Amino acid sequence: MADVKYSNEHEWIRVEGDVGTVGITNYAQEQLGDVVFVDVPQKGRKIAKGESVAVVESVKAASDIYSPVSGEVTEANGELANAPGDVNSEPMGKGWFFKVRLANKAELDGLMDEKAYDAFVKSLS
Amino acid sequence: MSEPLKRTPLYDLHRELGARLVPFAGYEMPVQYPTGILAEHAQTRNAAGLFDVSHMGQVRLTAKAGHNAAKALETLVPGDIAGLQAGQQRYTQFTNERGGMLDDLMVTSTGDHLLLVLNAACKDSDLAHIRKHLAASCEIEPMFSRGLLALQGPQATRVLARLAPNVATMKFMTGAFFRIEGADCYVTRSGYTGGDGYEISTPSNAAEPIARRLLAEPEVKPIGLGARDSLRLEAGLCLYGHDIDTTTTPVEAGLLWSIGKERRLEGGFAGADVIQQQIKDGAPRKRVGLLPEGKAIAREGAEIVVAGKQVGKVTSGGFAPTLNRAIAMGYVDRAHSANGTKVELMVRGKPVPGEIVPMPFVKHAYYRG
Repeated sequence: MADVKYSNEHEWIRVEGDVGTVGITNYAQEQLGDVVFVDVPQKGRKIAKGESVAVVESVKAASDIYSPVSGEVTEANGELANAPGDVNSEPMGKGWFFKVRLANKAELDGLMDEKAYDAFVKSLS
Repeated sequence: MSEPLKRTPLYDLHRELGARLVPFAGYEMPVQYPTGILAEHAQTRNAAGLFDVSHMGQVRLTAKAGHNAAKALETLVPGDIAGLQAGQQRYTQFTNERGGMLDDLMVTSTGDHLLLVLNAACKDSDLAHIRKHLAASCEIEPMFSRGLLALQGPQATRVLARLAPNVATMKFMTGAFFRIEGADCYVTRSGYTGGDGYEISTPSNAAEPIARRLLAEPEVKPIGLGARDSLRLEAGLCLYGHDIDTTTTPVEAGLLWSIGKERRLEGGFAGADVIQQQIKDGAPRKRVGLLPEGKAIAREGAEIVVAGKQVGKVTSGGFAPTLNRAIAMGYVDRAHSANGTKVELMVRGKPVPGEIVPMPFVKHAYYRG
């Protein structure tokens, strides 16, 4: 079963084997409002945990997306160029941003599970 | 400590409608409702949208005996106010001694007095400015508790005519008194979306029942400040504090159309010497429209570069839902202000190619009869 973890910057990562799929959470998309453009990282790019790797443009503002893990980008979601609204309608499904081959699986231990993340979001309101 | 946020007469209604409320100009205002900014924008362009703009400052000026309120106001603004017939409305600006703008405003003559609509963030300083200069000639009545509803979009006239049939024949930039839902209202055919529509000034306690009545019409949905901003940007209209401020003149901002011919010649308002000089010699910089290539959005503050040199700055930029692309406006040095000029817009440190284009980005749809 895939293991989903969450960062306190409101990104999620679903790990299968040594590849993680990264996107933003429902809470994040609600806060951003209508997404009109996502600048996703290119395949092959080496990224570090905490690095700004993508930009989400909503009608209101541009927001940096920070990678929850280190590794190499194996795939970017090209469909978002035509359907940026997928980030709003299916933030944890079709609205994913990129896939990353994990350099250090131990980094996942520093992320939250769903229960901890839900509690974190509750603490924000 | 900051002061507590103020609320408009529609605060409870916004909550009930599920609005996301944010601080804006000292008020708790709806930035969007649950459907989101894109849907609200499209609703206003295609049908009708209802905006709460009660945070804006309404002020009534009435001449004291032996004085003329329009002539008095003309000492503070470059617009032709004395030439307003009863029921006519004008867009103008309060200028300072350097020709900069303290605020931009709407002025309507009812025949007996002048009704001013001021930006929310400026209304207290505007009022102090008016009192300082016009107290001897005018009775000055702030009506900050009144409601102000903007009903905008191609269906606005059909909807409002159900409540007040005679609004249908009003022309753009005119105003008249109407009784709506039993309340005495002043309606102007105006707005700030670039489309057809009305602004309805209501007694404080009538704002909510009238808003509810309008929202009950099938063509109407509530619209927040988010879509108000994207609509006015598409229309090429200035947002005070961003596209115009105390350091920009009406000439630089491309607002010369709002200064009457006689007033250009005769002056008699603050900063007239600077503005007249700029009319004669040209302004050192100009507000222009900008189309960035691709999807990146050049927002406020983005540098505008020509041949490696900064020639200006973006003052408003965003996504234009009607055009499904990014648009922006900003100031550039006059030498680089011609339509068709190729520029680079610096977005997060990266140059994005763009071009200077005429505004509006979306054609105005005002009703001129």
